[in-house]
Amino acid sequence: MEQHGWKKYAYTFLITAVIFATAILASNYFSQKKINEIKNIESRISVDILASETQFSLLSELSCKDIGNSFLSQELAVLGDKLAYTEQNRGSDNEEVLNLKKYYSLLQIKDFLLMQKIKERCGGKTLSLIYFYSNVENDCKDCQKEGFVLTKLREDYPKLRVYSFDYNLDLSALQTLINIYNIKDEQPTLLIDDKIYYGFKSIEDIKEILPILKEIDKQKAEEEALKTKKATTTEE
Amino acid sequence: MHITSEIITHIFLFIALYLEVFFLITYFEFRDKEHNLLILKIPKKWPSVSIIVPAWNEENTVLKTIFSLLKINYPKNKLSIIVVDDGSTDNTWKVVQRFVRNKQVKLLRKENGGKYTALNYALCHIDTELVGCLDADSYVHPEALKRIVAKFEDIEMMAVTPSIKIFEPKGILGFIQKGEYIFGIFLKKVFYHLNALYITPGPFSIFRKSVFDKIGHYRHAYNTEDIEIAMRMQRNGLKIGNVHNAFVYTVAPNTVKTLFKQRLRWAYGFLQNAIDHRDMFFKLQYGHLGIIVLPAAGFSFLSTLYFFGAIIFDWLNSFIVAIKKIATIGLSFPKFNFDLFYVNTNLIVFVSIIAVVGTIFMIVTARKLAEEKTKFGLDSILFILLYTLIAPFWMLKALYNVAFAKETKWR
Repeated sequence: MEQHGWKKYAYTFLITAVIFATAILASNYFSQKKINEIKNIESRISVDILASETQFSLLSELSCKDIGNSFLSQELAVLGDKLAYTEQNRGSDNEEVLNLKKYYSLLQIKDFLLMQKIKERCGGKTLSLIYFYSNVENDCKDCQKEGFVLTKLREDYPKLRVYSFDYNLDLSALQTLINIYNIKDEQPTLLIDDKIYYGFKSIEDIKEILPILKEIDKQKAEEEALKTKKATTTEE
Repeated sequence: MHITSEIITHIFLFIALYLEVFFLITYFEFRDKEHNLLILKIPKKWPSVSIIVPAWNEENTVLKTIFSLLKINYPKNKLSIIVVDDGSTDNTWKVVQRFVRNKQVKLLRKENGGKYTALNYALCHIDTELVGCLDADSYVHPEALKRIVAKFEDIEMMAVTPSIKIFEPKGILGFIQKGEYIFGIFLKKVFYHLNALYITPGPFSIFRKSVFDKIGHYRHAYNTEDIEIAMRMQRNGLKIGNVHNAFVYTVAPNTVKTLFKQRLRWAYGFLQNAIDHRDMFFKLQYGHLGIIVLPAAGFSFLSTLYFFGAIIFDWLNSFIVAIKKIATIGLSFPKFNFDLFYVNTNLIVFVSIIAVVGTIFMIVTARKLAEEKTKFGLDSILFILLYTLIAPFWMLKALYNVAFAKETKWR
């Protein structure tokens, strides 16, 4: 082949490489942006928790009425979803993902502790659960199913706080939590009201364990009935 | 597994992008030269041409084909039409008798033996300088022959291919094929400039008669004699040209079954001929054909199947997850929250966008070459969206047939 022909092959390679590199850069730029977004959410939650904790300590006589819905961070669930998506895309052994996950787990523990404190002082029924899962292949066959159940519950009961932890995450605070409750390496595991439940639990099972969910159902049904009644009276 | 498939995907993407860039560069390199070439050099003396019309049970279409040939703008005493009835069992022979007194038309009849035998039979009765063939399901633009013949002013030019367009496309399948054929016009142009055309399509490719004296007649070649003869010409260093505005219109298969059959024959024929001529791959002596065009054709086969497999695998996975979900929590539709965070920003997305932009540019250029009225059409959209979803089916079957040595049929 003539000289000119080879040059074209080389130029083509160069152009392709530049285009490819640009695409890689663009892809990296956006994925870094997503990581930053997660970091931002984490730091916002961290500030929220810290603020609530401080408020809680300052006002030892804080009226339980003052503790409204906004006292606990509302963003934990959104963060959890985004982190799960990132983990799926980048792989669970990605260093950056792991760090974000550790921080997320810490935030969840802090949020959980704060919620416990509120419960101690103000009473009330538990509307939270802790879920331990495993990402190790073939380690937890029912984790995917349990995930569907918990996501559905969270959608149906926005007030329900679901704290999910990767059992195998190398984080001392998490391991302490596991040790305190003496949780065995059998996922999926649910921790509700200091009681441990091993194995898959369906929506109905969880409603049995957390009767408050049934009460919410009842309330909803009553509200619904009231609405229909109102609607029919106005029609009449 | 995940990492391996990611690496393979990226390698495939890189090669696909490389080929696209190479073909685009080639197009730009020759665009201006092409413009000058378009000014038709009118030969001082028009050479004599024979057009063979092989017909097997074509009683309904053969007349239209012959009339389209008789209408061609070419000196009548220089153009002869050779109709070969390849042992038809219908009224083809009866129907063509109306031309028995026409000096331009010669009627031949033989026992059925397949298209290539009909062509070879006719070749034995021809003594013109140029010879071509027109299938009974194709029609020629009146100026096509003159445009093609002008190319033979180049004494090295041994065969010239036309631009094939779909005759009155109907339905989704017709439009996908229209888009595909127009896209093919761009590729043919590029391959011509690379001196790497490896198909001289059945409808209206014109050869110097001496080609057949030099390298022999048509072969069966797995029912794709038009690929085999071109490969043999390339092997012998015989130049093949292309005239993008010499239009030939062909009737497209309009059912899934007939399209599948036709494409299976082409894909199978390409694979078998590629195997027969495998020594031409990556060989410097065959120029761009050996180095890039033939390997690219093989690659497009492989990559289409790979990405198709990946998509099917993905869909299956999502399907299984969806079934599991329904089995666990029943049918539920999560609230849809649009969040830019969940927009896919993987490398494959960016490379695909670039590749599609390149393809759109090729299509727009091809449409200009094809003298289409609009820059982009419904056919182009259907081609981009659907072609890669249907092509893998005949590609897979062709691979299967090659692996298990199953012959394909003409129809």
